[in-house]
Amino acid sequence: MNVELKNIHKHFGSVHANKGINLVIPSGSIQGILGENGAGKSTLMKILSGFIQADPGGEILLDGKPVVIHSPADAIHVGIGMLHQDPLDFPPMRVLDNFLLGQSGGLFPNRTAVARDFKRLAEQFDFSLDPDGYVDSLTVGERQQLEIIRLLWLGARVLILDEPTTGISASQKAKLFATLKKLAEQGMTVIFVSHKLEDVEHLCDKVAVLRAGELVGEAKPPYVTAKLVEMMFGKEITLGERQSAQQDEIVLALQNVSLEDVRLKIRNVSLDVRAGEVIGLAGMEGSGQDLFIRACAGLVRPVGGRILLKGRDLTGKSYHVFKRAGVNFLPAARLEEGLIPGLSLSDHFVLAEAPRGLFIDRQAGLQLAEERIKAFNIRGAPLSPVESLSGGNQQRAELALLQTPLSLVLLEHPTRGLDIESVIYIWSKLKERCRLKTAIIFISSDLEEILQYSDRVLVFFSGRVSPPLDAANTTVEQLGQLIGGKGWAEMGETHA
Amino acid sequence: MTQETILIGLAGVLASASPLIFAVIGETLSERAGVINLSMNGTILLAAMGSFAVAYNTNNILLGFLTGMLIGAVVALIVAFAGITLKQSQVAVGFVLALTCRDLSYFLGNPYMGVSGPRLQAVPIPVLSDLPVVGRLFFQHDVITYISFAAIFLAWAWIFRTRPGLMLQGIGEKPAAAYIRGANVNLMRYIYTVIGGALIGLAGPAFSLATRAGWMGTISGLDGFGWIALSITIFGGWNPLRGAFGTYLFALLQWLGLVLQPVLTQVPSQVLQVAPFPLMILTLLFVNIGNAEWVERALAAMPDSARRVFAKLLRAMRTSPPAALGVPFERD
Amino acid sequence: MLKGRLGNLAYQLGALLLSFGVVSLILLAVGASPMEAFRNMFNGSFGSMRKFAEVLVAFVPLLLVTAGLLVTFAAGLWNIGVEGQVVLGAIATTWVYRFFLDSSLPPALVILLAILGGMLGGALWAALAGLLKVFGGVNEIFGGLGLNFVATALTIYLIFGPWKRPGVASMSGTVPFPDEFSLPLLTDLRISPWALALALMGIVFVYFLLQGTYFGLRLKAVGKNFRAAYLLGIPTWQYSMYSFLICGALAGAAGAIQVAAVYHRLIPSISSGYGYLGLMVAMLINYQAVWAVPVALFFAALNIGSIQLPILMKLDSSLAGVLQGVLVLFVLLGEGVRQKFGGRANS
Repeated sequence: MNVELKNIHKHFGSVHANKGINLVIPSGSIQGILGENGAGKSTLMKILSGFIQADPGGEILLDGKPVVIHSPADAIHVGIGMLHQDPLDFPPMRVLDNFLLGQSGGLFPNRTAVARDFKRLAEQFDFSLDPDGYVDSLTVGERQQLEIIRLLWLGARVLILDEPTTGISASQKAKLFATLKKLAEQGMTVIFVSHKLEDVEHLCDKVAVLRAGELVGEAKPPYVTAKLVEMMFGKEITLGERQSAQQDEIVLALQNVSLEDVRLKIRNVSLDVRAGEVIGLAGMEGSGQDLFIRACAGLVRPVGGRILLKGRDLTGKSYHVFKRAGVNFLPAARLEEGLIPGLSLSDHFVLAEAPRGLFIDRQAGLQLAEERIKAFNIRGAPLSPVESLSGGNQQRAELALLQTPLSLVLLEHPTRGLDIESVIYIWSKLKERCRLKTAIIFISSDLEEILQYSDRVLVFFSGRVSPPLDAANTTVEQLGQLIGGKGWAEMGETHA
Repeated sequence: MTQETILIGLAGVLASASPLIFAVIGETLSERAGVINLSMNGTILLAAMGSFAVAYNTNNILLGFLTGMLIGAVVALIVAFAGITLKQSQVAVGFVLALTCRDLSYFLGNPYMGVSGPRLQAVPIPVLSDLPVVGRLFFQHDVITYISFAAIFLAWAWIFRTRPGLMLQGIGEKPAAAYIRGANVNLMRYIYTVIGGALIGLAGPAFSLATRAGWMGTISGLDGFGWIALSITIFGGWNPLRGAFGTYLFALLQWLGLVLQPVLTQVPSQVLQVAPFPLMILTLLFVNIGNAEWVERALAAMPDSARRVFAKLLRAMRTSPPAALGVPFERD
Repeated sequence: MLKGRLGNLAYQLGALLLSFGVVSLILLAVGASPMEAFRNMFNGSFGSMRKFAEVLVAFVPLLLVTAGLLVTFAAGLWNIGVEGQVVLGAIATTWVYRFFLDSSLPPALVILLAILGGMLGGALWAALAGLLKVFGGVNEIFGGLGLNFVATALTIYLIFGPWKRPGVASMSGTVPFPDEFSLPLLTDLRISPWALALALMGIVFVYFLLQGTYFGLRLKAVGKNFRAAYLLGIPTWQYSMYSFLICGALAGAAGAIQVAAVYHRLIPSISSGYGYLGLMVAMLINYQAVWAVPVALFFAALNIGSIQLPILMKLDSSLAGVLQGVLVLFVLLGEGVRQKFGGRANS
């Protein structure tokens, strides 16, 4: 199906998120949409998939005919299906129920017929999904597969994928790409939204680059990476030299630690983390790295083994004991777990300090906030509620809340959803900490970030933990293989 | 006690549970859609009073029942408007309505205190009612009790077997995902809240025109049933079958309290009547304790074999509410 | 800022007028004259010094309960069990009185012990709801409701069982305590200045606790985001428990006053519904302590004034509850309408 966007504008209040975008996507092709976070990719795709409506004056044409799309249901009706970054499915329900939910028809769905269609589609793309299983036991990659066949079943002729390679394994990515190519051959239109150059270059027949709401240009293979980067950012971005602040003193020692939750088990991990060292944790979402980092914070109690902080046995102690011993944990969900919506920046800084007396000295609190706001380059005022700050500024505020001195800081996705300049700033602040002998353990789904900033890397695959890999001698490809479960045979157990 | 009196007693348990059955199913539907209707306690009282007044004045029992449902639907509409359209706290609005409707029922019901009015009569079902044991238990009731039996299975089949029922689960679980599948989330929430409210309202006349016929104001003894129904909804894990089980268990306990009265003479009757409440708290404790954090820590400290047994036990007891319960839905 | 506050006031007044309007319609529907009803209610509460003293008698427990609830609301808890906490305060106070009935302790000391005992009783009952919440994962609304029923049953059990009047037990309660065990009352009036002082101290205490202290800020942090507060190093579940204990103690004080200064004995409906009414007051003042005194006074006046309705107009006194409920409902809805259609509320 031929897709044509004409003069698409979108305002959110004073923000002009899409500025007169014109784009033609021919039938049977894979179109890449490239841009950094906040460039307007998501807005454009939400307009095409009916989630939001463009400002009046714009037009969407399918095979030359103008269409009006008021809702995602309208979109699928005219043949446009979208795969969202966080799968929009129902985790506690069965796979087959997820599949058939949304299909129109009589009061009682014909489950046998639906199951037959499901099986046929799954086989066609070589997906192995159990229709009677529950969605919450699937990986993100499998949930994508389910969503793809669901959209095809409903008659999608245009498939939009929003950052689909985040959080899936290398083999699932390979399978996804094969599927998309096959779909394009069958005459489907595939729109692939990403900020990952490599994926886009690898897959797409044509790329459109968005920057600050504008379509800055299009490119066709062979792609010149430097050119694409320049289009994305408007300038060359360098990440800077890798630098290590690693010292000899051991900060954290894990001895034969075993962990367990409902879904997976991690057995007998041993690891020594040194002062100033940065350890990156790689793996598909839910492979055990989140369990691991929470155990290092005392938020999850190990079922076996010992955890020592600077030689002190803290096994089984709570996070507050860890915190008093110099461990801070920054969760991924900033407004859900990290900050307190409704309280101001100043309130946060006061809370993070030890109380002095019974009553709060408001003046001192405001002054403290002023200092931190300056030191961490936060765009906000002492009395701004934290929820009014942008994501990057919230993350800076969280860094500003870290206590001093600090032995170990644990971060979940410290730069997820941030623009490249915030990423560089946040890592410069973290590296400052390293020079003050703080060790860092962080989770990221961005393998390049992991290799750029870590000294050593642990890879997780369904509860298995690799030996620490030297980040300087590891490539993105190697990591990609490992998080997808390949190449584990030649590795030993985790001892460092 | 003879077998006959036990049978009559148990049949009475089934009949006396019918108001609560409607309330629990109504609340289950509403909460499945993601709206918590906390007004239940007041709604039931107001519906009981209103339906009695209408049935008394018109001498038409059916009109009475319809009035009860209408009252429940209107109160639920207020909850829905405040919670869905205005995005206010459903708990706060529901609680205020619970108190207001109760007081309103006492105020408006003043003239009907203690008057004797119409009452639903038992309609034994031919043939079936002559069956031994089963006939006595299930087939010698009034119409509303039969309807309560049917309502349990209809609600269960609707939620778990039909296409709209699946969507209902989806709306309460992840409204954004239901929306992209074509559901008009807020409209559906309105509809289920109002239908649920009508069922809750039906509990009123099921009391005042059937199981506890008449209106006695503050001494009607109906104050509190709404709160019980709310607890049973949770106990039932938002499943009509399990909810019905909880309701019958509760009614059985109340009956046992009455039966045991002559044996336990030193305990005032008012105390026996509340005996189910501590039990209710205990059952809530059982179904919820698996969600407490210390339990997880304690589990981790156990030896492997014990951990497995306890973890399995906790998971079997545990119920978790629809993920979007009480959370307003906004497109994007 | 000033404009915002005036706008706010206009909204509240609008809600007030609207609710009087709705209640007028209800009165017309039952064939009564609204003006007559409101006049009777006004005279019933402000018509004489004696009647106004009655209003204050209702105001004291209501203010104490409201003060306590502001603390649990700050901690993000819907302490609906406050009703039972009032009852347990009354029971504990009665128990202390009975314990020292024949002792040679000076009555003033017994009264003090009784009130402290009441506060302890309320706090312990609140702690039960707190423990259920913190360690049992039982939502405080359901745990609290259950405990309310249990508290009522306990009262009735005590009145008809171990503490029954010699001869025949009755709904009129236990044997009244001797006069010297009563908090001193004003001459010819039923109000005790000591009780009034205690209630005012309670709300002032809560105001400063929530406005200026580390404790208050931490409590708010726990209330707004439990998880983040924990990660910031705040001992979260302990703070939840503290808020239950403080609220329970204040509610218990309300129950203690009911026994020590109002009824001088334990009666079945000792809490008079002040727990639930306190929840309404807290919602109406949008959880801001500064407005607690006038609104609690207004609600108390409605309650007392409505007592005249059955006597003078053969109407049920529950009209006060209807008026209060409709008022809170309109304020909540008005707030929602303002947020939805009136742009940003606090800009």
